[in-house]
Amino acid sequence: MAALLELDHVAKAFGTVVVADELSYTLAAGEILGVVGPNGAGKTSMLNLITGSLQPDRGRILLDGRDITAMPVHARARAGIGRTHQVPHPFGGMTVFENVLIGASFAGQRTGADPRTATVAALERTGLLAHANTPAGALTLLDRKRLELARALASGPRLLLLDEIAGGLAEHEVQALIEIIRALRGEGLGIVWIEHIVQALVSVVDRLMATNYGRKLAEGAPKTVMASPEVQSVYLGQGIRA
Amino acid sequence: MSTTSATAVPPFRVESATPASRAAAVVGLLLLAVLATAPAWGGSGFMKLLIEFFTLLALAQMWNLLAGYAGLVSIGQQAFVGLGAYGLFVGTDRLGLHPLLAIPVLAAVIALIALATSLFAFRLHGGYFAIGTWVIAEVFRILVSGAKEVGAGNGVTIQGAAFLGPQGRLALTYWLALGVGFGSVILVAWIMRSRLGLALRALRDSEAGAESLGIDVFRTKLAVYLIASVGCAVAGAIIYLSLLRIQPNAAFSVDWTARMIFIVIIGGLGRIEGPIVGALVFIGLRETLADFGSLYLVILGVVAIGLTLLAPRGLWGLFVARFPMVSFGAQPRLVMGAQTPGGAGPPPGTTPTEVA
Repeated sequence: MAALLELDHVAKAFGTVVVADELSYTLAAGEILGVVGPNGAGKTSMLNLITGSLQPDRGRILLDGRDITAMPVHARARAGIGRTHQVPHPFGGMTVFENVLIGASFAGQRTGADPRTATVAALERTGLLAHANTPAGALTLLDRKRLELARALASGPRLLLLDEIAGGLAEHEVQALIEIIRALRGEGLGIVWIEHIVQALVSVVDRLMATNYGRKLAEGAPKTVMASPEVQSVYLGQGIRA
Repeated sequence: MSTTSATAVPPFRVESATPASRAAAVVGLLLLAVLATAPAWGGSGFMKLLIEFFTLLALAQMWNLLAGYAGLVSIGQQAFVGLGAYGLFVGTDRLGLHPLLAIPVLAAVIALIALATSLFAFRLHGGYFAIGTWVIAEVFRILVSGAKEVGAGNGVTIQGAAFLGPQGRLALTYWLALGVGFGSVILVAWIMRSRLGLALRALRDSEAGAESLGIDVFRTKLAVYLIASVGCAVAGAIIYLSLLRIQPNAAFSVDWTARMIFIVIIGGLGRIEGPIVGALVFIGLRETLADFGSLYLVILGVVAIGLTLLAPRGLWGLFVARFPMVSFGAQPRLVMGAQTPGGAGPPPGTTPTEVA
């Protein structure tokens, strides 16, 4: 069976700045891949390549073995790719309920579920039910991050791309988030999770990938990857080990 | 946060009407019923004024849909006013159709023309789109000015409605104007409660966010462009059923779009109430300042500049900011808990319309 997601020698550069350097990996359904790397390592660009808001210079991206490299953003969303943005993109003039309803009505039409039921389920799951009729523009940063997740979940994705969703959250909030992400894995979603909070990532991901300048430095079991000298020097800086 | 299964959902219902919107619907229908009888009691001056008001209201609603909701700032909607005018002439005088039949036929043909012009216009964005739509309108004006079949630069006079008699034609035109005026408001209200409206309001706030949630931005905007173009064509046909004399320089004049923009900007961009308020103000100013000659245009300009500086959300925006409880908005509200005594069964709601 084909992997849920496959990147096949994906390359992308903006002039001399390389954000993806012959990047290849696969992700299975029910698997969580954590991605770490310093700022500017090309992590968000990698998600943009998967969602289609960036086009690669070379290489292919496959969903369920099907080449989606030429597919526009909205079609990939309808094919089951959900994502949360590092900087939330709420529809500020619409209520939280409407924001989530959009995910359920458009990207979620593939699932055949009633959009309003899917919306209420996603709101309940992310703890936003009490804010359903609040204008999204009036939410706190934490609730905007929840809203990003709720919108993606309401679309019933098969592949979920999380871009620093735990950044800025308090410890107990991170724990609650991890519970949700574990449950989603149990439901068979494939998840790519970019995060700077390595501790949170290591506790839940099946595999960890470290990147820098769009290049894969190491990939494998989280502890092994974090312990590798190359990752330690790039990600944590040199000369800090006693 | 909880991790309950996604299928177990507590009971809920969605309400999309407010007391104000229900009251507005009732008042609107009563007003429509009263106004529909005007040919029996109103003078021809009164009816002509209302014909102008309701056709301008329809044009402004269409421009508001384009610019206020879809972000498509067009200054070329006069293309469709002119096409509607000439479409009416061809339908009634050349094909011998009754005006009531000519209008749906011209609407269908102009929908296809709009689809063709969209191929050019939609290659452009922002200010380039605005200028591009104007260029398209000029192309139509020049083409029609050179066509001997429709009177070339001198234009034509519609005679195919003469069989109705002066009173009969005035009454028919009046009812059509009433229909297109109320129809444009109902159409926009319905769109905003539909799936298309949900998509429009989303991409107004964030195109990137809308795309990543599966909204086809291109097809959503195209749908609005086609609706607005056909709406302007129908309104244009009714305007010229009243005026009868069609000249290319007047029918394809950018003045039509300037009026639409003036009405929408002073009333309130991106609000269904905006064009209603704006058209009332426009007609009111024109009636009171008719004797001032060209000074009237200067006053209109000063009003427009003053309002955009002092009330950037238009007069209706100013009013709503002062009285927020008067909301006719289409925003649905989620209400949790078991059904109310009145509403058993599944929650009532809008029927989503297929867009893309």
